[in-house]
Amino acid sequence: MPINDWFKQRESRRYTVTSGSGADLPDGVWRTCPGCRKTLYQGDVAKSLSVCPHCGHHFELIAADRIEALVDPGSFEQTNASIGSVDPLRFSAVKPYTESLAAARESCGLAEAVITGRARIGGRAVAIGALDFRFVGASMGSAVGEKVTRLFELAIAERRAVVLVVASGGARMQEGMLSLMQMAKTAAAAERLARAGLPYVSVLVNPTYGGVTASFAVLADVIFAEPGALVGFAGPRLVEQTIRRSLPKGFQSAESLVDHGMIDGVVPRAEMRGRVAAVLGYLLPGGDV
Amino acid sequence: MARFVMEFERPLVDLEDKLAELKALDVASLPELAAEIEDLEREVERLRETLYAALSPWERVQVSRHPSRPKTDDYVAGLFTDVVELRGDRAYGDDEAVFTALATLDGWRIVVIGHRKGRTTKENVRRNFGSPHPEGFRKARRAMRLAEKFSLPVVTFLDTAGAYPGLEDEERGQAWAIAECLATLSDLPVPVVVVGIGEGGSGGALAIGFGDRLIMLENAYYSVISPEMCAMILYKDTARAAESASALALTADDLMRLGIADEVVPEPLGGAHRDPAPVIAAVGERITSALETLSAGDTGALLENRYGRLRAIGVFAEGDG
Repeated sequence: MPINDWFKQRESRRYTVTSGSGADLPDGVWRTCPGCRKTLYQGDVAKSLSVCPHCGHHFELIAADRIEALVDPGSFEQTNASIGSVDPLRFSAVKPYTESLAAARESCGLAEAVITGRARIGGRAVAIGALDFRFVGASMGSAVGEKVTRLFELAIAERRAVVLVVASGGARMQEGMLSLMQMAKTAAAAERLARAGLPYVSVLVNPTYGGVTASFAVLADVIFAEPGALVGFAGPRLVEQTIRRSLPKGFQSAESLVDHGMIDGVVPRAEMRGRVAAVLGYLLPGGDV
Repeated sequence: MARFVMEFERPLVDLEDKLAELKALDVASLPELAAEIEDLEREVERLRETLYAALSPWERVQVSRHPSRPKTDDYVAGLFTDVVELRGDRAYGDDEAVFTALATLDGWRIVVIGHRKGRTTKENVRRNFGSPHPEGFRKARRAMRLAEKFSLPVVTFLDTAGAYPGLEDEERGQAWAIAECLATLSDLPVPVVVVGIGEGGSGGALAIGFGDRLIMLENAYYSVISPEMCAMILYKDTARAAESASALALTADDLMRLGIADEVVPEPLGGAHRDPAPVIAAVGERITSALETLSAGDTGALLENRYGRLRAIGVFAEGDG
């Protein structure tokens, strides 16, 4: 083997560049932080809620970890776990939709791109959901729309607050108009919660786009985002093509959304639970009975 | 104005041109022409029928975008009287891509909201080719609130390629503006009748695109994503938009099949632009008939029914777990 190739191979072995969540990785694996390019020991990353100890870069988390990071320990009880997508339009392009679904189920061990359930945050009763970007880009089709809608309805029925951790590529095009209408359906459910006088807090994480941003994600009473999260309606590439010039630094970042008045704050992962609990203390007083 | 010919109708247009040329000749002095003209007329009719009898989804998308297709302006002018346009979002500006007005239809006092494409280039530049900025959606929401306050039914006309994906649009909260329209429309305590007259491009259409009745024109489309963008994502090739159009189930018939649309208004062969008046009149009749039905019950039932309609949309599996 030529010595250069040997180096190349060794490099790729040492710096395991990963996509997806750190939770999938065994402790002994190294990864490179995309924020500061430092090489990190996975065990250290996992201990710090998957936040880079050097630069504060927030790695992606799987939905279950998102919920665990927010709720009172052991309080989460999953609902509607068996709801999953089917292929109503028999959508097939480069590969059949059913194959994408099967692959997502296999690799994530989830029936669908959102986990929902009951939990407590700071002792207060919440209906909580988290989207999992690994599952078809956490896009919203009929199943995600149904689970999110049921979450709002559960909260209304049991007088709970709703907390949603949102990441999404948008409406799931493989279900066509059925997906688009989930935007209206989830928005209608969020509106019912608002009419019932119950609070809704959304936590936007990287990346949140399209029909999910433009429906339930931003209808919350209070909206927080993780540092560096990109949030918007149209994706940056499309915007760039449309305006035919390069985008300003920080475009669509959580930090710029605060500047433009679109969200209430950028909150580091380690502080999110406390911040959400504080909001619920004001908006759901007595919710701990 | 230069004539706009869709690629798939080229053979018919050529034949029609030939017919027009013949007719322009002095028929009285050339009696043998009369028979030829008659033959050609029959041939044009036959070709028109076969060409338009079964348009593919992609061909319908092209018809829906035809520059001469009747637009919101034409429906407003053709159906409504005493129109008072309402302008501005009271926050930033007036987006001419969205039209809002108080208007009267056959005795009904109504709030009209519609995407507004232009007829001329100048109009289209002012109206951003019918693609709204956040201000357009905020103006629409203002009109919805007005309808609520004064108990006026809302009639909307959908004709947009989609919300504009510009830089300032993002900075001014395009997603927020759309989402707020969805929430407001979902429990607006007046009848809401939606008419898909042309393009129904994604979230920008949906923002004023659901309610108690969805009436679709035969060649109007309504889609989660444009066929071109879908083809770009799937195949990295916008030229495969025809395949995407078929896969996305975006035609009026598809929407009936999916339980999203309530009725389809037929168009003349070739599309509404070939003879707009009867189409516009038919839309007017469908709107008033819907308003009569929807105004009969009480508001609580109206809103329960609207929520129930949305609640029923979606196909998924649910196990025992």
